[in-house]
Amino acid sequence: MTSPTAAAKVLELSDVRKVYPGATPVHALRGIELDVVRGELMAVVGPSGSGKSTLLHIMGTLDRPTSGEVTVDGHVASRLTDRQLSALRAGQIGFVFQSFHLLNGETALENVADGLLYTGVASTLRNNLANEALDRVGLSHRKHHLASKLSGGEMQRVAVARAIVGRPAIVLADEPTGNLDTATSDDIVRLLEELNGEGITMIVITHNRDMAELFPRRIMMRDGTIERDLGRSA
Amino acid sequence: MNTLRPARLAFSDLARTSAAGLRSRKLRAALSALGIMIGIAAVVGVLGLSQSSKSDLLEQLDRLGTNLLTVQAGTGIGAGSGELPDSATAMIGRINPVEASAAVRDVDANVYKSDLIPSTQSGGISVKAADTDLLETLGGDLADGRFLDEAASNYPTAVLGAVAAERLGIASLDAAPLVWLGDQWFAVVGILEPLALASDIDRSALVGQQAAADYLGSEEAPSKIFVRTDPAFVDDVLAVLGATASPENPEEVEVARPTDALEAREAADDTLTLLFLGLGGVALLVGGVGIANVMVISVLERRAEIGLRRALGATRRQIGTQFLTEPYC
Repeated sequence: MTSPTAAAKVLELSDVRKVYPGATPVHALRGIELDVVRGELMAVVGPSGSGKSTLLHIMGTLDRPTSGEVTVDGHVASRLTDRQLSALRAGQIGFVFQSFHLLNGETALENVADGLLYTGVASTLRNNLANEALDRVGLSHRKHHLASKLSGGEMQRVAVARAIVGRPAIVLADEPTGNLDTATSDDIVRLLEELNGEGITMIVITHNRDMAELFPRRIMMRDGTIERDLGRSA
Repeated sequence: MNTLRPARLAFSDLARTSAAGLRSRKLRAALSALGIMIGIAAVVGVLGLSQSSKSDLLEQLDRLGTNLLTVQAGTGIGAGSGELPDSATAMIGRINPVEASAAVRDVDANVYKSDLIPSTQSGGISVKAADTDLLETLGGDLADGRFLDEAASNYPTAVLGAVAAERLGIASLDAAPLVWLGDQWFAVVGILEPLALASDIDRSALVGQQAAADYLGSEEAPSKIFVRTDPAFVDDVLAVLGATASPENPEEVEVARPTDALEAREAADDTLTLLFLGLGGVALLVGGVGIANVMVISVLERRAEIGLRRALGATRRQIGTQFLTEPYC
């Protein structure tokens, strides 16, 4: 973090390439250049196989690129050890998945509090923050219900609450409405917009172009490259 | 820029996440625990059983004494006349570590409950002439009455072995029973308890040596001599016993230690125990591999949870610790 411009950037990808080895190596990403500024709401859209999910995994430091540089909140991922990357994910990155990935044996509150489990926050404070996050996503009345007893829309709200509970630098959402009906999907998109309005940087991956149209910035991907970058803020 | 360092997971959080894994798979956890318990119980059971049967045997051996030896005339092919010299008992008595010795002689007679029993129904009871210190040598006990002593040995009196008494239908001496022995009446003066190391005596009616000569006209050579030695010198006595009993034809003498049979039985038991233990071990191994298999499946089907926890910021070590802690919850 040397210049004010760099400080505003929360995520930078420079010439990121990913090759999955094999008999016929798959070039999932072919030189991605991307900057995300703090507070942006962005959609990454593209057909199946365009490299969206690979991009999300690399942005979220769940996977390392074959070459190129990823900088998250000022940390250059390639210079970090696996343990440091874990700490980075725990504090700076929130994830929302298509299939929610809640722990079914736990209540909504416990699931949200788990978002802070690996950050070193004491358990009482975790519960307080989880309470607030659930209030924020409109699930005050379902806090003590088991995750398995919630509807699809409620499950995704719990997942969103878990992603934002630690106020991360970026929230990465992978097809967050993929398993939901249209009305519920609209609710979730509205929730993401509201949270972005509160200053949370959101990157949403989707194959749904109509939904992508709702976002101020849209990255169109095809064959591992960025085809178009629309509505770039800076 | 703050340095990145993963937070330590509090013990209570670790316990909670591990216990949650088990709570959501109660049946599997219970079956795994049951499998391990049954396996260990089986092995402990097999070991315990064999241990207690071994200690039973040791106790029995201690009680009977492993220092009882028998000398008898060989009965195999080329074993000669099948007789021990008359002097054998006295000669054996002179071996220093021999504490007691007593001879029995076969008497050619049968014993019946009364003179009205047909002579063919002898009941498989043999008549033997015994030395007065036979009971002491054998370390046996009396169920009733007394053993042959110097006085009784001269008169028509008999002591019955446990099996013989039962076959003759004589349970006690209250009615002063008589038996028809060698065509004359003999008074029963004693009944023996069963003898673990001399079952042939159990099936005999014993008379005194003098009485055998006087009333039954039997002056046979000793057929079997029981020898009780100093426990420290059993092997030494065993080595010289044949030559001492029959200096002329030592090879015609069979010397034995009755407790060897018990030890052979124990050796067989040991082999069986080893077999069971082997089977138990194989079962435990199979069970262990089964449980390992279940664990591997459990990890595979929980890849989503592992991925989620990694996304939430868990280190590899924290995930590993969670899985390894689960069995203790």
